Amino acid sequence: MTGAPPIVEMTGISISFPGVKALDAVDFRLFPGEVHTLMGENGAGKSTLIKALTGVYKIDEGQILVAGEERRFGGTADAQAAGIATVYQEVNLCANLSIGENVMLGHEVRGPFGINWKATHRAAAEVLATLGLEQLDLRRPLATLSLAIQQLVAISRAMVTRPKVLILDEPTSSLDANEVANLFTVIRKLRDQGVAILFVTHFLDQVYAISDRITVLRNGGFVGEYPTRELDRTTLISKMIGKDFATLRSLGSERQSHHYEPRGEPLLKAEDLGRKGSSEPTDLELHQGEVLGLAGLLGSGRTELARLLYGADRPDSGTVWLRGRKTDIHTPTAALAHRIAFSSENRRDEGIIRDLSVRENLVLAVQAKRGWFRPLSRKEQDALTRKYLTELNVRPADPERPIKFLSGGNQQKVLLGRWLATEPDLLILDEPTRGIDVGAKAEIQAAVAALAAKGVAVVFISSELEEVVRLSDRIIVMKDHRKLAELENGPHVTAETIVAVIADEGDDEEGDSE
Amino acid sequence: MTVTTRPPTGSAPGPTPSRPSLADRLGARLSALPTVAALLIFVGMIIYGEAAYGRIVQFNTLSNLLVNNSHLIILAVGLTFVILTGGIDLSVGAVIAFSSVAGVMLSNAGWHPMAAVLVMVLIGSVLGLISGVLIQYFGVQPFIATLATMFLARGLASMLSTVPERLADDSAIRDLATQLKIIDGEKVNDLVITPGVVAAIVIVVLGFLVLHRTRFGRTVYAIGGSEQSATLMGLPVPATKLGIYVISGTLAGIAAVVYTSRLGSAQNITGIGWELDAIAAVVIGGTLLTGGTGFVLGSVVGALVLGLMNVLITRDGGIRPEMTTIITGGILLVFVILQRVLARRRSETG
Repeated sequence: MTGAPPIVEMTGISISFPGVKALDAVDFRLFPGEVHTLMGENGAGKSTLIKALTGVYKIDEGQILVAGEERRFGGTADAQAAGIATVYQEVNLCANLSIGENVMLGHEVRGPFGINWKATHRAAAEVLATLGLEQLDLRRPLATLSLAIQQLVAISRAMVTRPKVLILDEPTSSLDANEVANLFTVIRKLRDQGVAILFVTHFLDQVYAISDRITVLRNGGFVGEYPTRELDRTTLISKMIGKDFATLRSLGSERQSHHYEPRGEPLLKAEDLGRKGSSEPTDLELHQGEVLGLAGLLGSGRTELARLLYGADRPDSGTVWLRGRKTDIHTPTAALAHRIAFSSENRRDEGIIRDLSVRENLVLAVQAKRGWFRPLSRKEQDALTRKYLTELNVRPADPERPIKFLSGGNQQKVLLGRWLATEPDLLILDEPTRGIDVGAKAEIQAAVAALAAKGVAVVFISSELEEVVRLSDRIIVMKDHRKLAELENGPHVTAETIVAVIADEGDDEEGDSE
Repeated sequence: MTVTTRPPTGSAPGPTPSRPSLADRLGARLSALPTVAALLIFVGMIIYGEAAYGRIVQFNTLSNLLVNNSHLIILAVGLTFVILTGGIDLSVGAVIAFSSVAGVMLSNAGWHPMAAVLVMVLIGSVLGLISGVLIQYFGVQPFIATLATMFLARGLASMLSTVPERLADDSAIRDLATQLKIIDGEKVNDLVITPGVVAAIVIVVLGFLVLHRTRFGRTVYAIGGSEQSATLMGLPVPATKLGIYVISGTLAGIAAVVYTSRLGSAQNITGIGWELDAIAAVVIGGTLLTGGTGFVLGSVVGALVLGLMNVLITRDGGIRPEMTTIITGGILLVFVILQRVLARRRSETG
């Protein structure tokens, strides 16, 4: 960079939460007049690092130097006093107040008779003007502005204290392309004024458009710090995922060769299925007995698409045909009635009910499908439970044990059993193998393959690319909440292929390789 | 309701080069609309009362309205602070009971009247502080925390005495209710005020200044808008939340002084339901119970609407006094529905 000393220097930062080490000896530097991007998958520790720097979390180990001085932040006010301002992903302003009031809240100009509103509004107008927002009427309520403009107002507010460091935590997640361009103009303006900007985003294209330098985190650990122009997309992704190319390739070659040729009418066909803000309009087809993999980085919109298929979220565009007939699936109940089942990635909160027994957990979905006024007899319950405990090899095979005493892998098997008991034609599995041991993982994979062989259509979502490649007949690659490509699985497809598709997309506009 | 036909023009323009649209301007002022509506209803009630019963628009009626409701106005100012943050304070009525019984007994026991008055006010501050600490540092819901202080204060008052405690005739505290003639009208038609009314006016003005001219006041509005945002903006949220309950309690203490001096006695059952009257005044005055929007002056109007309603019911003679609460409830309902409609309109334009 310029050779100036860093304005922020964090060394050996560690933070633990009960049971997890959220950050483990992470280093981070930020120079004046640069845009520095923090990259990593969800759960890599980006937010934790930012919260350490903004004083929300106290650090267990390590030191934070701001402008060469060691700082211990006891709260957000300390960090602000040290010249560190933050704009969060969700706009954190008060919609009940005016633009001018929001910009100056806590920094109002005071005279002998309390707040001098004239001077306060003048100061607000000055700040807004430095960001090119002089056209805004300060007296308008904030609630009348679009989210994008509110985001810019939030940045203006952060600039009131003339901070040396500005942290932007996923500011673009709800903005469209034009709005992002406006935001970037503002960011460059601030950078040229010498502000050090820490930028966090999931969008790779934006990283390359705006940042000078990249720090990569993975699983709470520090991977490295790189100048943006020396780090190509493929390398960046492999650093985020943590597998080098050789490893990715070798895992890919282990793939089973059970490729299924879809015939006849698709079980489910969707056109332009989308929901504003979570999933861009997508086409997809699903055939009986086929495993469709959804691949992509965490946060790429895989779950959101699955939730649309299941009716957990209501789509606002597109049409779905089920067995050739146009069907609206707007609630999970409707999905179940159409024999579509969805197993959530959030096993703990949206999956198991901790204090209920294995049997009670297992029969839940069947019972819901039948309706609560026709309870399953105890005999039926026992029969179902026995069947799936044996079939999926749940250990211990004790139907009356509260499910919370089972290991993650066995809980996941019970959940799988819960949905299988409804005899679905289409089963959506969101991260069914996350956080479970290798043995259980293999058993679940085998169960999925067996299901497909029996004619069930499976949508399989996983962050482990090699697993997706091994199991799927077709793979939809997702990025930034849209479908990037659809790959027919075959000997030529490996985990590396998928990484290349995700990385390439920014370089040539049409990355589709159908 | 005449409000909706009010043209939105003629309001102070913002100093901006671009002309905001009519809808925007209306939107900017929508938050003040319930308060304006309350004012219009108040004026309407006065006109109706004058036409139907006469002797409303004259000095002594209006003076009495202020004198008899000054304690309610003071309570409503305190609750405005609390409700603006999205909180609630149910303890103020019971605080008045405890504070006034304690004050009268201390005064009759020979305490200096100034000292007795000071203790009365401080009782309010301390009970408010207890509520505030429960809410801010123990995470208790404001409803529950102030319900607890309400029971506490009511119980303490009952432990002191369960019979009316009469203030000694020569007590200096009674002087606080001395009627000072400002304008000497014909017969009994005088414009009078009492020190209690002066206290209420001063408190209203101070309340207004604190809310609109201090960072503390702006933080109150910010917390009502979004407590999380206010915290992330680095505003002193904990101190402010503690502060508003202390303010509400202190003002309840002052209201106790004003009320006791006028009545000349105190009892443990004084002030039952007054917290609800004050909340009603605040809501009628246009403050949203969800917080973030509202004005002290609106609450004053709300208190006067309630007071005037009592006067009109008495004058009418045909309405049974028992119906007062039904009418209060009706007015309250109309205002809340008006607020809902406005809130929906605003979320559509915004």
